[in-house]
Amino acid sequence: MSGPLLLAQAVGRIRSRVGAVFIGSHAVFRGKDLHAELGDAGWLDLYLFGITGRRFSAPKLRLLEAMWTYTSYPDARLWNNRVAALAGTTRSTGNLGIAASLAVSEAKIYGQKPSYRAIEFLVRLRAHIEAGGELGPLVERELSEHRSVGGYGRPVTGGKDERIEPLLKLARSLGLADGPHLKLACAVEEYLASSGRARLAMNYAAVIGGLSADIGLSPREHYFFLFPLLLTGMVPCYRDAAERTAGTVLPLPCDGVAYVGVPKRRWTNAGGPQAAPSKRRG
Amino acid sequence: MQYMQSRIWLEEPEPDNPFAARVSYCHGYDVYGEMLGRASWADMIHLLFRGEAPSPSARAALDILSVALANPGPREPSVHAAMCGGVGGSVAAASLMAALAVGAGSLGGAREVALAMEVWRACGKDLEAWRARWANPPSQAPSVWASPAHPVGFDPHGMSTSTPVRQTLTQLAALEASSRAAWLLDHLPEIERAAGHPLALTGVAAAALGDLGFSPEAGEMMFLLLRLPGAAAHALEQGGFGHKRFPFYEIDLEPSSESQAG
Repeated sequence: MSGPLLLAQAVGRIRSRVGAVFIGSHAVFRGKDLHAELGDAGWLDLYLFGITGRRFSAPKLRLLEAMWTYTSYPDARLWNNRVAALAGTTRSTGNLGIAASLAVSEAKIYGQKPSYRAIEFLVRLRAHIEAGGELGPLVERELSEHRSVGGYGRPVTGGKDERIEPLLKLARSLGLADGPHLKLACAVEEYLASSGRARLAMNYAAVIGGLSADIGLSPREHYFFLFPLLLTGMVPCYRDAAERTAGTVLPLPCDGVAYVGVPKRRWTNAGGPQAAPSKRRG
Repeated sequence: MQYMQSRIWLEEPEPDNPFAARVSYCHGYDVYGEMLGRASWADMIHLLFRGEAPSPSARAALDILSVALANPGPREPSVHAAMCGGVGGSVAAASLMAALAVGAGSLGGAREVALAMEVWRACGKDLEAWRARWANPPSQAPSVWASPAHPVGFDPHGMSTSTPVRQTLTQLAALEASSRAAWLLDHLPEIERAAGHPLALTGVAAAALGDLGFSPEAGEMMFLLLRLPGAAAHALEQGGFGHKRFPFYEIDLEPSSESQAG
């Protein structure tokens, strides 16, 4: 069935495999009674159950939660946090500021996009190697097609990623640091270093991607698990800004923006613009 | 002091306050001193995105596109999302953020427009290239975006070219004989046959934004912007009607997969 007939079947009703609330009675969450059967679940446990339909052991939940904790940076210079701070200083609502900050975190050079690329690459690499392929050629193809490998290299600072060792230490203590994806993540770093690309050191995205894949999350599941990854740093940035005098977070004077465009010109009546000689200023 | 850079905007301060602009130039034009009262919305939009004032036909194309896209109507998902904000009394920006998020995707949204503009870049006005593209669509790189399951710019649930799509394309095509819009109108039956679906408004927008010289990235932004007026108006309207006149609909629970230990 296709076209309008397909659409007509869905008019006025939502079909759901995930749940519903029966107001005044109970709520169903992925086939379970939320209050009677899942009432003892922690929030992360329930969140992951919502994403995957599976439950995870306490050590795995501990490690997954630490992935959020160890990158909770309330630093308003960071671009996503800066959005929260700017919302605070302009007296927007906290919800709007944080929601926008979260949306901005789906960025190309940090946050959700490289994190998704990292786990997707590691899962693909593992399948490639299990099928008899070699690591080097797949890394080279990734570099050739995308000019980067998701999870390697770090914008702005470049160097060592301070989050990695504490997370690996915790993973080791929980017996969760010996999985195949994490080992591959380390092997990719070694390959890049040995081929003259030491600047592409493993970053947090590769480590959490490897650990998550070893815990059993698919790339898509990992993507949704990561949604609140940077949230904890945002709210303090908003609140700090909102508690200061309005407009005093990163005010920019006119000369704080360097103009590098065309010289001044005249916009004349009726006919629109007209080229006019003028001195370049600014 | 660290500086941002801009090719677009120059501000000169008031003598008594470096944080207040005395005069603002957009790509060299004095916005408040000369453009105001003389320039139209389309002039300003074209200037901001393209760096130059529009030609008469570009101005007309932007006006046509702005009217055609201004209100997708309350049945459309991005407007529906905005109305969900309006009816519950969400803050104004939340309704527009909802419209932007839902209207950003590859089915009827801004992502579809950007991808369709990429198709124009790859195929141009070469009918054989379009046929080859739809016969063997290139795979999408792994990304946070789901890959579109239909030929971008076409309506996967459509039966024939809808009247508003044809009317919008006809208006745009009449502006320039050499435009993408004119070529698309001339070859519409063949293109639709190759795609297996009728043209959608996203496909018309992609052609028009390409004619205006917009990059796919700029076209994506423009499409998001131009559809906000309807979302805003309908969000306000539903807020006025109230939740008792906004459908809650029915839900059918289907079997859930058994949970497993992870």
